[in-house]
Amino acid sequence: MQPYSTHTGLVLPLDRVNVDTDQMVPKQFLKWLTREGYGRVLFYDWRYLPGEKPNPEFVLNFPKYKGASVLLARANFGCGSSREHAPWAIADYGFRAIIAPSYADIFYNNCFKNGILPVTLPETQVEALFQAEAATPGYQLTVDLPNQAVTDAKGLRFPFEVDPFRKHVLLEGLDDIGLTLKHETDITAFEQSHPETATMYDPVDFSK
Amino acid sequence: MPPRTLFEKIWEAHVVHESPGEPALIYIDRHLIHEGTSPQAFSGLKVAGRTVRRPDLTFAVMDHSVPTKDRGLPILDSDAKSQFDALERNCRESGVHLFNMESRNQGIVHVIGPELGITQPGQTIVCGDSHTSTHGAFGALAFGIGTSEVEHVLATQCLSQFKSKTTQVKVNGKRPHGVTAKDIILAIIGKIGIAGGNGHVFEYCGEAIRGLSMEGRMTICNMSIEGGARAGMVAPDETTFAYMEGRAFVPRGREFRDAVDRWKALATDDGATYDETVQLDAASLAPQVTWGTNPGMVTSVTGRVPDPDAMRDPDEQKAARRALEYMALKPGTALVDIPVDRVFIGSCTNSRIDDLRAAARLVTGKHIARSLKGALVVPGSRVVKVEAEAEGLDQIFRDAGFEWRDAGCSMCIGMNPDVLPAGERCASTSNRNFEGRQGKGGRTHLVSPVMAAAAALAGHFVDVREMNVDAVE
Repeated sequence: MQPYSTHTGLVLPLDRVNVDTDQMVPKQFLKWLTREGYGRVLFYDWRYLPGEKPNPEFVLNFPKYKGASVLLARANFGCGSSREHAPWAIADYGFRAIIAPSYADIFYNNCFKNGILPVTLPETQVEALFQAEAATPGYQLTVDLPNQAVTDAKGLRFPFEVDPFRKHVLLEGLDDIGLTLKHETDITAFEQSHPETATMYDPVDFSK
Repeated sequence: MPPRTLFEKIWEAHVVHESPGEPALIYIDRHLIHEGTSPQAFSGLKVAGRTVRRPDLTFAVMDHSVPTKDRGLPILDSDAKSQFDALERNCRESGVHLFNMESRNQGIVHVIGPELGITQPGQTIVCGDSHTSTHGAFGALAFGIGTSEVEHVLATQCLSQFKSKTTQVKVNGKRPHGVTAKDIILAIIGKIGIAGGNGHVFEYCGEAIRGLSMEGRMTICNMSIEGGARAGMVAPDETTFAYMEGRAFVPRGREFRDAVDRWKALATDDGATYDETVQLDAASLAPQVTWGTNPGMVTSVTGRVPDPDAMRDPDEQKAARRALEYMALKPGTALVDIPVDRVFIGSCTNSRIDDLRAAARLVTGKHIARSLKGALVVPGSRVVKVEAEAEGLDQIFRDAGFEWRDAGCSMCIGMNPDVLPAGERCASTSNRNFEGRQGKGGRTHLVSPVMAAAAALAGHFVDVREMNVDAVE
């Protein structure tokens, strides 16, 4: 996984609550077999008019946000489906960090698996960032994971909380599976001591 | 030992490793996979030179993209075909049991798990699908995961997890005639909001939950995720054990009785505490209909489309305005005055035999409205389909003007050819009314199976309690 340390980038404001993962990557793109290439279809139905013509009214298509890499969002971002295609698309588009007042659980978790830092800030601070962005052409934010702070060039500084373990894994870009496999002995011991759950009952009168 | 909740008992019984400051490593008893979210996980395994640790605890099925008619014909959608081929290949190479499109046990993953007895009380169950919460109806800890976690479970049969908080959702009283499990869960989501359960596991209890069949409990647990909770659970009881006995993967005889004894001990102890409690009175509920673009935008069928101007929170106002624009609805419109173009009875929420029986009772000897552009009944599994056909339900639906299809996710997600056309309005028994969920530009209203059947007959929403009440349980 790509590690994350500190990132400074152009802020793109997505001013909607409860943005669900169906909007991030609609159904028709859930049939691809890869983890790559979803940036082009991020927010597909909002972003494109018929014939894949960019919808000039959708924020991702505003020329001033070209190259944005910090996504500023509203509450309960990423609700709904567990599809990891959503963070794949966000990362592939070029976003490295998200800032929002809250996230849906599965999406939040999926971000950390893909080198994206989802920062949680109080509603009032997120609102302040929306206002600062609206007032400042080319507004950039620095999202600093080691120091756990969101800062801008004018001296704004909002500290944020993040679980220390998640922070460690993201900073180092660690392989989760590799970490778990270090506990191989524990896993085997569990399987031996819990036959009632770790054993499959042979089905009776059963054929596919 | 201090009194513990159902969730705490299952959690503690599955901890493989714990270190301070780290998430716990928990063991996963059953891993369900499907063609939609597993191919990248298998590719990841291959790249890392890893194998599936416990193919015997992993079950695969094709459901999301499968066609629901003409299944004997070649698959025209080449992307879907490549998903099916990948799943066949991955299961063959790893030894995972696959229910493919020809299997007589094929169906929606959250329908077949319980139906085959793969789902059992006290287990941890995961699947790369957010509606995995369904399996919690059996008193299991079941939740949806992303593809990276699917790969993690394939490789290790474990997951690194932070312990959730718990919410007791107490549904008191008896539900009135015409009010179903679907109405209860929609009302709960309407009350707490779609983020109300974030970070929490729900345990549903109370008289109204105890009175539900396993199918009804599955409907409730299924939509926990729509209230933000990754998992929802119901303590197993005699209803659970009666449902389980004799199913293919459930132990028999003496072993079954031993298992029941273990399962009985899972119920939350007297005096155990939850982080939060939510209460709802089932007796005062009316059938529910969603009017907006998330499941929390819901009201009673006797109600009207709300006025965003009357809402207090500016974000809520903005969201409601946008939703009404998308749904092409005016504030103040009576729900029963909203016409529907299509009806969909199916999905992992409401496609089980109970659901189909209830809908069939209502439409027996009647016909869907001439104004309807289509009405689909999609059984949740081929087992449900065969059972329904043996009872003659297929003929009742066909005579009433419905199409009777083969099993799959179908128009709940529209990954197969069953897509809601743009601008059309659908009364749907599924779980999500997000923009474009059933098809780009499609307008979804979530309802119970009997409410969907009633809307099909009338061509608009109706209060099912005013129809033939005898037919409505």
